[in-house]
Amino acid sequence: MIRQFVVVIVTAFLVAGAAFAVAVDEKPLPDPVLEAQARSLMKEIRCLVCQNQSIEDSNADLARDLRAIVRERVALGDTPDNVRAYLVDRYGDWVLLKPPFNPSTYLLWASPLLALVALALLLFRRQQKNETRQAAMAPLSDSEKAELDKLLEGEQ
Amino acid sequence: MAGEIGHFSLIWVLVAAAIGAVLPQIGAVKGDTRLMQLADRTAYVQFLMALAAFAALTYAFLVSDFSVSNVAANSHTLKPLLYKISGVWGNHEGSLLLWVLILTLFATLVSWRGAKLPLRFRARVLSVQSLLVFGFVSFILLTSNPFLRFDPAPFEGNGLNPLLQDPGLAFHPPMLYLGYVGLSVSFSFAIAALLEGEVTPLWARWVRPWTLLAWVFLTGGIALGSWWAYYELGWGGWWFWDPVENASFMPWLAATALLHSAIVVEKRDALKSWTVLLAIIAFSFSLLGTFLVRSGILTSVHAFAVDPERGVFILAFLAIVIGGSMALYAWRAPKMVPSGLFGIVSRESALVVNNIFLSTFAAVVLIGTLYPLFVEASGAGQITVGPPFFEYAAAVLMSPLVVALGIGPLLAWKRGKLPKAMQIVLPALVVALIAGLALVWSQSGGVVMTAFGLGLAVWLLTAVFAEIASRIKLWQSPGNAFGRLRKITRAQWGMSIAHAGLAVIILGVTVSEAFTDEQLLVMAPGDSTMVAGHTFTFDGVAPVAGPNYSAVRGFFTVAEGDDFVTTLLPEDRVYSNPVMNTTEAAIYPLFTGDLYAVIGEAAGGNRWSVRLYFKPMISALWAGALMMMIGGLLSLSDRRLRLGLPTGRKKIAVKESV
Repeated sequence: MIRQFVVVIVTAFLVAGAAFAVAVDEKPLPDPVLEAQARSLMKEIRCLVCQNQSIEDSNADLARDLRAIVRERVALGDTPDNVRAYLVDRYGDWVLLKPPFNPSTYLLWASPLLALVALALLLFRRQQKNETRQAAMAPLSDSEKAELDKLLEGEQ
Repeated sequence: MAGEIGHFSLIWVLVAAAIGAVLPQIGAVKGDTRLMQLADRTAYVQFLMALAAFAALTYAFLVSDFSVSNVAANSHTLKPLLYKISGVWGNHEGSLLLWVLILTLFATLVSWRGAKLPLRFRARVLSVQSLLVFGFVSFILLTSNPFLRFDPAPFEGNGLNPLLQDPGLAFHPPMLYLGYVGLSVSFSFAIAALLEGEVTPLWARWVRPWTLLAWVFLTGGIALGSWWAYYELGWGGWWFWDPVENASFMPWLAATALLHSAIVVEKRDALKSWTVLLAIIAFSFSLLGTFLVRSGILTSVHAFAVDPERGVFILAFLAIVIGGSMALYAWRAPKMVPSGLFGIVSRESALVVNNIFLSTFAAVVLIGTLYPLFVEASGAGQITVGPPFFEYAAAVLMSPLVVALGIGPLLAWKRGKLPKAMQIVLPALVVALIAGLALVWSQSGGVVMTAFGLGLAVWLLTAVFAEIASRIKLWQSPGNAFGRLRKITRAQWGMSIAHAGLAVIILGVTVSEAFTDEQLLVMAPGDSTMVAGHTFTFDGVAPVAGPNYSAVRGFFTVAEGDDFVTTLLPEDRVYSNPVMNTTEAAIYPLFTGDLYAVIGEAAGGNRWSVRLYFKPMISALWAGALMMMIGGLLSLSDRRLRLGLPTGRKKIAVKESV
């Protein structure tokens, strides 16, 4: 009896919750400047249940809820940095599509340059080694060998 | 019955692969012709048996035989025919079977087209291919068997993920796999060359067409996937730097580098060991990509299953194939005859620059994809490496490449003259600068990247034309220019078209990113709004019933001024098996861009939230990819580059020992 009662209550809350979720419609903020600010923020926030999609780009329910939060914060007068901090507080750095620049990501941000230098050195050194090896050996190419053979044969 | 036939055939593939991997290799060492000839025969047996297994699974899907657990888990009687078929590879087990089928197909093609390859070399290539088949089929039979039975059979199946029920995605995996697996041929050729201890220009001539073929498929597969994402997945996004997209992009970058370095080997007998390494790396990226996705280490829509047993097998397989081939490389490569020389300013060094940038980018994409794992493992919390990082890397690494790309084809082999090449492309530079500057002036603020992107695209496009013009001496003697135009070989046209394709893609990316006009609003029937000079009028919604879904369809009339343009009918679908909500965008491509409408959810009072876009020049993305593919195919149809054994130039004597 008590259990049934609990079930009814919980169900009622779930239904009410669902209805409430529908009510959160995709209404842009009335002020176009704030809306633009909110939109550009949305592009930086990860949809937590998607694959590298921003909440701006996704139609998942969670993305919609996060959009509502972003709009709400912006409407309340939060600066973009404040909104980001608000979300990072709740979801961690994971929510930012752009990884923060800190000791754990220095290597990441430097990777294009590091890899470029490393590869260029590798190929350059290889070419140099080649040159010294070739200079030392001064081999004949197959065609040169063939020509040499022909010449030698011709003389004999 | 079909299940058992398939299972049995698959075991035959395993047996034939084991024989084909071992005996021809022994034959190659001992010089036993009969053992070496086994390589061809086992290749044919593997292909036929893999085909039988694949046909059996397809049959089980077609007749909805739910006693096969794979069918029960991934199909449904109400599914349209096309998706019953595409469901075969729309799951982990089936997609691996498709992979094996294509692997054996390529081995058969090598055997057939390479009939003129020296027997010993062919035997070694095919035995490497058989070894790969052996690994994959063991994986399937031990951990991911699609033919396992289910008793008692359920009356109805679970259905396929509705996102995958789409024509674009039905053909995306086979196309992509043809690309991934096609790179196995370059890999096998590289391993065979290491075993033989010799890389000749002739070797490059054999490898290049296969790489080119794989590259064309890979390009097509990636473009199809991106197109699908554009109209199905998000709201007009077409590339998210999702780990799975990266997994297909890395082999593409490596394959592109390989295509170019193989040219240097072929023409100049230089960069040999680097090219071999690149062939190994390109296929390793394919393997890594496939397995990263399949193992579920990286979460993704494409990850069908997470299973520790599979993970261990995958790690072991990767370690053996990649580690083994790298070890072989480290041991054998230094013993190869050194390469030819070339000057700093030459076509060769331009191609080296190409290789450095492409490989660096591939490495950075790999780092970015795996970095969150490292950070998490080091205990520094979870981070996301999203599009902003990859876009930064692309800007840093790809812009110099595009600039070099304009100059490279103009340089002479061995010793080119930069001033001479610069003279030819100078107009391109000027045009690009003007295009960029004009854009900065016409807009205000935040358009530097747009101007830069546009400048790069124009630079490349103009440079391609300048190259053709200088080839036919358009300015020096215009009279005979047309005659010379007809003498340009297909391979050269291929290059120009593919390079122009890249320019078109850059143009599409830049313009569509910068000038997309969008409206996000709540509309009631009768409302209208302006998007980029087009009036969108909302005429209301109607319910629609599909074969396995129900939908709400929105009606929009689009007009430009007073002229009717089109009606757009976006849908919001709810699939029944499994229950899932998808949005079907309505897209109408105009020459200048796409009209794009998405209907969202009801906002109460018969009002609906909608997203309306005008995406200028977005079609340039697919057009550019298509140009790249056409360029690749043209080049492939060139007489010198046909699959098989192009006859060597006289001076490269084909040694019997090769």
